[in-house]
Amino acid sequence: MSVNYFLTEEQQMIVELCRQIAEEKIVPVRAELDRNEEFPWEIMKDLAQADLFGLYIPEEYGGLGGGTFENCLAVEQLAWGCIGVTTTFAASALGGYPILLFGSKEQKERYLPDVAAGKKLVAFGLTEAGAGSDAAAIKTTAVDAGDHWVINGTKQWITNGGEAEIYTIIAMTDKHKGARGASAFILEKGDEGFSFGKKEKKMGLRASSTRELIFNECRIPKDRLLGRRGQGFIVAMRTLDLARPGIGAIGVGLAQAALDESVKYAKERVQFGQPIISFQAIQHMLADMATEIEASRALVYAVARTIDGGVKNFSKLSAMSKLFPTDVAMKVTTDAVQVLGGYGYMQEYPVEKMMRDAKILQIYEGTNQIQKNVIAQALNKEYAAK
Amino acid sequence: MNIIVCIKQVPDAASVKWDREKGTLIRDGVKSVINPFDYNAIEAALQVRDELGGTVTAVTMGPPQAEEAIREAISLGVDQGVVVSDRAFAGADTLATTYTLSKAIEKLGGADLVFCGKQAIDGDTAQVGPGLSVRLGIPCVTCIGDMEVLEGGKGLRVKRMNEFGYDLVEVEFPALFTTIASLNTPRVPSLKGKMRAKKAKIPVWTAEDIGADPDRIGLKGSPTQVASTYIPTFEARKEMLEGSPEEQVEALVERLKGAGIL
Ligand SMILES: Cc1cc2nc3c(=O)[nH]c(=O)nc-3n(C[C@H](O)[C@H](O)[C@H](O)COP(=O)(O)OP(=O)(O)OC[C@H]3O[C@@H](n4cnc5c(N)ncnc54)[C@H](O)[C@@H]3O)c2cc1C
Repeated sequence: MSVNYFLTEEQQMIVELCRQIAEEKIVPVRAELDRNEEFPWEIMKDLAQADLFGLYIPEEYGGLGGGTFENCLAVEQLAWGCIGVTTTFAASALGGYPILLFGSKEQKERYLPDVAAGKKLVAFGLTEAGAGSDAAAIKTTAVDAGDHWVINGTKQWITNGGEAEIYTIIAMTDKHKGARGASAFILEKGDEGFSFGKKEKKMGLRASSTRELIFNECRIPKDRLLGRRGQGFIVAMRTLDLARPGIGAIGVGLAQAALDESVKYAKERVQFGQPIISFQAIQHMLADMATEIEASRALVYAVARTIDGGVKNFSKLSAMSKLFPTDVAMKVTTDAVQVLGGYGYMQEYPVEKMMRDAKILQIYEGTNQIQKNVIAQALNKEYAAK
Repeated sequence: MNIIVCIKQVPDAASVKWDREKGTLIRDGVKSVINPFDYNAIEAALQVRDELGGTVTAVTMGPPQAEEAIREAISLGVDQGVVVSDRAFAGADTLATTYTLSKAIEKLGGADLVFCGKQAIDGDTAQVGPGLSVRLGIPCVTCIGDMEVLEGGKGLRVKRMNEFGYDLVEVEFPALFTTIASLNTPRVPSLKGKMRAKKAKIPVWTAEDIGADPDRIGLKGSPTQVASTYIPTFEARKEMLEGSPEEQVEALVERLKGAGIL
């Protein structure tokens, strides 16, 4: 018996379709993609053909007009297959949100139809070597040079770097204005002075590409400014607020996959003459895993629906929906390796990859410590107002 | 361009069980799926349509619930579909089936191009594709493992796979092809396709609707009668050889000679 989340027929279709893709297209190749650090182009084509890149994009731009909830349902199922592949897909939405939220009509018309059709991947570039959690410390600059902008600097660890065609990045336009001195821009692969640097070798998430973006006297037209000058950090924060429930959903899907493997194995593995699932120590571990996963799922769904229902400030909720499920995913995947014992530690079984992959969820799109900061700041404000 | 794919709903091989007493399949509670080779036929039809334009129509003869197969085909991108269903079709062999399908295709206005899966995994005859081409009076190439559209979109250049390699065959439309798994990788459904499939009206055509001669359909139109079905039994025998290693080797050689292996 599973919890009834009262999905609509369309939402149910999204779940079924993404599960089918995970089972048929992702699971059979995930170990190989991980081993070879191979970018999952074939699967991206499948996702495009399945209309999934258009999930969150309005119908007028060729999308399906879905919301955060639909996006969460999709990534949860894809993540059940592989979160490296899913991150590649999700990062395109992360890069697309700024255009959707802050783009002019012309910018939306120019970029979103190709994004919705999955013809072009998008990337989001905020992080730099000296600016991770402290995003305000970015050093990349954009200078108004009359009829164009000139960008200089290096972005680091950008998901889909080198593979995406479109990049939304944050650069300082007026340093002396501090947090109000940043602006968002749209870059295109092939822009003069825009190149790609080091490709990272990673502990997990190895199907996903993580790379440097290098801007060297990069010249882009005036109309690439996204939103107003000085709005850069607002663009970034609103984008991350909207994307974080998706990371929570990825955590739910990954943890569910780890639980599925654990129960299956525990029923089959015999020690001391009985299946190990008959040992209470194993049973309790599985029970905790299942309960925490369901709690995570309920939280993610509730927050996503709240956001889609139309609320103004949801930073706290969105931080919670990332924090809890990703901590659960780390714990559940670690326990899954424990349930499988030595076999769990071997590459022949999928749970070691799941455990390696899970760690990133506590780090990217704002570390879980930063999520707690966001939640606590909101509490502080809320209680002051009372 | 009128492209037709013939598909069949078959019991899911993964969940099928045998009734050992009766020697028949237990179909109760077994999921029905589209015949695996037919997915390749659908994919081939969609590829040609995407390149040359036209419409793809999926046709299936079967019980009313075969409508599910048509809906799935639509979710994959097929434009429309029809279920040819009538109690009078029951018990059809491949002769009656190809006649029935040809009448349905006639009602659809004929076909420039027909794809069928090489064979259905329940009957395994591989006769419906070739038989249908005879009914339609068009050429047929079976077991195609590769294809490309000819210059000008006049036909297809295909590889007919056989035990030794392949024959490269160029055929102008109208033509019928039967497909095997290596031909292509079937696509996954799309969300828009799934939504369209949910809403689609799937016509059900009876024997009368397609103007079929009652004597040529179903059991009546089927000269092939299944006398009986049975489950083949496989026996593994073993024998332990005794004695010293030398004696055992000698005994083994004797037996291999006796079996005609040496
Ligand atoms: C695989 C991968 C993909 C990524 N993809 C992208 C991308 O597409 N686009 C992009 O812009 N960025 C991306 N990033 C960057 C990612 O968002 C940052 O790594 C993350 O925000 C943390 O920054 P940092 O790594 O510099 O850690 P730091 O900020 O240096 O943090 C180090 C430790 O200190 C803690 N810490 C820092 N400040 C505080 C504080 N104030 N209070 C409490 N604890 C604190 C952190 O929680 C952490 O534990 C990616 C990173 C990785 C690893």
